[in-house]
Amino acid sequence: MPINNGQSIKLYALTWRLPIIIWQFFFFVGPVLFMVSMSFFLVKNYRMTEAFEFINWYKMLSRGYFWDSYKYTIFISMVSTVCAMSLAFPAAFTLAFTASETTRRWAIFLLIIPFFTSYLVRTFSWFVILSESGVVNAVLGYIGLGPYTMLNTHFGTLVGYMTLTLPLVVILQTVTMSNIDKTLIEAARNLGCKPFATIWQVIIPLSKTGLIIAAIFCFILSFGDFVAPFYLGGSQETTLPILILDTTKSGQQWPRAAVVAIMMMATLFAIAFTGIALAYRKRKGA
Amino acid sequence: MTKFRKNKIMGAPSRRRLLKIGGAALLTTPFVSRAWASTTDINMLAWYGHAEPDVVAEYAAANNVRFVPKYYAGGDNMLALIAQSPPGTYDIILSDAEFVQQLNLAGYIEPLEASDYPLDDMLHEDFKKFPGHWADGKLYSMMVRGGHLGVSYNKNSITEEEAQSYSCFWKPELEGKVGHFDWHLPNLGMMSLYNGNGGSLWDLDDAKWDAVRDTTLSLRKQAGGFFDYGGSFNGLKNGEMQAMCGIGDWITAPLEKDGAPVASTIPKEGGIQFTESYSIGKDSPKADLAKNFIQYMLSPQGQVKSAQMAAYPGFCVTKGGRAALIKADPAEAKRSHQMSGMANDPIALIDEGRIHYRDIPQQQSLEDWNDFWSEYKNA
Repeated sequence: MPINNGQSIKLYALTWRLPIIIWQFFFFVGPVLFMVSMSFFLVKNYRMTEAFEFINWYKMLSRGYFWDSYKYTIFISMVSTVCAMSLAFPAAFTLAFTASETTRRWAIFLLIIPFFTSYLVRTFSWFVILSESGVVNAVLGYIGLGPYTMLNTHFGTLVGYMTLTLPLVVILQTVTMSNIDKTLIEAARNLGCKPFATIWQVIIPLSKTGLIIAAIFCFILSFGDFVAPFYLGGSQETTLPILILDTTKSGQQWPRAAVVAIMMMATLFAIAFTGIALAYRKRKGA
Repeated sequence: MTKFRKNKIMGAPSRRRLLKIGGAALLTTPFVSRAWASTTDINMLAWYGHAEPDVVAEYAAANNVRFVPKYYAGGDNMLALIAQSPPGTYDIILSDAEFVQQLNLAGYIEPLEASDYPLDDMLHEDFKKFPGHWADGKLYSMMVRGGHLGVSYNKNSITEEEAQSYSCFWKPELEGKVGHFDWHLPNLGMMSLYNGNGGSLWDLDDAKWDAVRDTTLSLRKQAGGFFDYGGSFNGLKNGEMQAMCGIGDWITAPLEKDGAPVASTIPKEGGIQFTESYSIGKDSPKADLAKNFIQYMLSPQGQVKSAQMAAYPGFCVTKGGRAALIKADPAEAKRSHQMSGMANDPIALIDEGRIHYRDIPQQQSLEDWNDFWSEYKNA
C-alpha cells in the first residue's frame, strides 16, 4: 500500500526527532522521576532504602531555615537578573545600533571567550581582585578610600552571578536588538519621538521576547548556582544549592536534598512558563 | 613501482629491522611484565593527603605497592561511601576516631591483632585504649595521628593573651571577620566548651543544649562566612577572616610556614582533639599488606611522614615517632610544640585536662545538631 506524501514527511521528521526524544526520556524524564520517588525514600545507617514515606517532605518544609533559604535564593536571583539586564542593555544597545558589523562580530566573539575557561577558575580569580588586600582596594587606597569588604558579602555573590550570566545576557540582548527593523526606529524618530521615548516605546517592545528570554536564562542560572554564593558569598546566606550540599553532607540525607531540588525545579518551571507566556503574549488588538 | 613507493611512504620495516624490534621486545617483556605483575594496588579510603606521595611514596617504592585513594570529607561521607560499596572494596580505612565505633557496629572493619602494633610505645595512656577502638576486648582500629582544635587567629588583630579565651571571637572589632569551618561538630563543641561544659561538652541535657544554642546565635553577627578547607585557608591567608572557629593548627600550620601572621592556640576553656585511626576493611583481600602499612605508619619513619604531611599536619602518637621527628625535623617539632617541657606540648595539654576528644552528641542526635547549624547559618 503506497504511503502518501504527508505521511512520509511525518515519518521522516519523526525519525530525526527520535534521538532527542529518547535522550530526553532517559536523561531528563527518567532522572526526574527517580528524584521524585527518592524524596520518599528513607536513610538508614547512611544507606538509602526504598520506602514511601512523607517524612522528608514534612521535615524540610516545616523547617524555618528552608523557607529562609528559599526566599533569599529568589531574592538574590531577582537582584542578579535586574543587575545583569541593566548592565547588559547599554552595551547591547551600542553593539546593535551604533557599532559596525565587524565590531559587533568581534564583541560577540570576545563575549564568548570567557566560556572557554572554567567558571570555577573565573570565580577564584575574583579573590585576587576583591580581597581586602586585592587590586580594587589597592587602587582605592591611592585615593584614600577603603579598604572595603567585598568578599563573603552579597556583593561578592552578585559579582559571581555576573561572571556567570552577564556575557550571555549581552549576547542575547545584542542578537535580539540587531534583528529589529531599523526603519521602524527611523520612522519613530521622523515622527518626533525623543531618543529615550524611542527606546521605551519602540525598541523595548520590539525586542520584548528576546529580553524576557535573556532575563529567564539569567534567573535560572543564578537560582541554581552553587559556586558564587559559596565561594564569593562565603555562604553568609544559605541559598538552596548550598542547602542541598549541607543536607547531603551531614547524615547523607539525599532524599531530603531531593525535596529541595524538586522545590527548585517547580519554582523554575513556574517562572520560566510565566516568562515565556509573557514573552509571546500578543498585544491587545494586534 | 607503485608497491615500492607505498612501502617507502608508509615506512614499512625491513626484515632486519623487524627482527631487531621483535628481539628487543621479546627480551624486555619479562622485565616489564614482572614489574607490573608484582605491583599491588592498595585501596585506601581516607581524608585528602594520606595517600599522596609525600606520605606514601617511600613505602610504596620499598614494598612495590600502589595506593589507590578515595578521598572523603567528613565521617558521614566516609560511612556513606563504605555503605554504598561491596565488602572488600577498601583495604585500608582512615577514619576519625569517633566514627570507629560506627564502622565496627556496621561490620565494615576487621578486628586487629593488638600484639602487631606498638601499643606500649604510645605517647599517652589514653591512646592505648582509645574510646571506641576496642570492643569485647578486641582491637579494631589503631590511632596514628591527632591534632588540636582551638582558637585560630591573625596575630595582627588578636593578641596571644586574647586568644586564651573563646571570648575573643566576640571582640567588637572582629564583626564580620570571624570565619566558621562549615561543620557543626567542632563549632558547637567549642561553644559548649566556652559555656563551661568542660569534659561533658558532648553530653548536654536540654538546658545546656539550649544555652549552647543561645551562645552560638550570639556569635552570628561576628560571622563572616562558612568555609570548607580551601575557603578557610584562603580567608585566613588574604586577611578576610581574622579569626576562625572550628579549626586549629591543621589549617594555620601550612600558612604559618608560608609566613602568614596566623597561629592556633588552645584557650583556657579547653580544646578539642581530632584523632585519626587506621582500620582494615572487612573482607579485604590484602589485609596483610594493610596491616604492614599501618605498622609502617606507626613506626618512627611513618610518624615523621605523618607529622610532615603536606596537606595538613598531625602530631606523633608514639614515643619513637616523636623522638624521630625531633631528630629529623627539629623546626617542625618545635613549631608544633612536640617537645617535652614546651608549654603547649599536645601530650601535656591532655594531661592538664585541657583537651577533650571529639565525639558525637550524646543526648541529641546528629540531625538535631545539623538542623541547628543550618538554622544558625540562616539566622
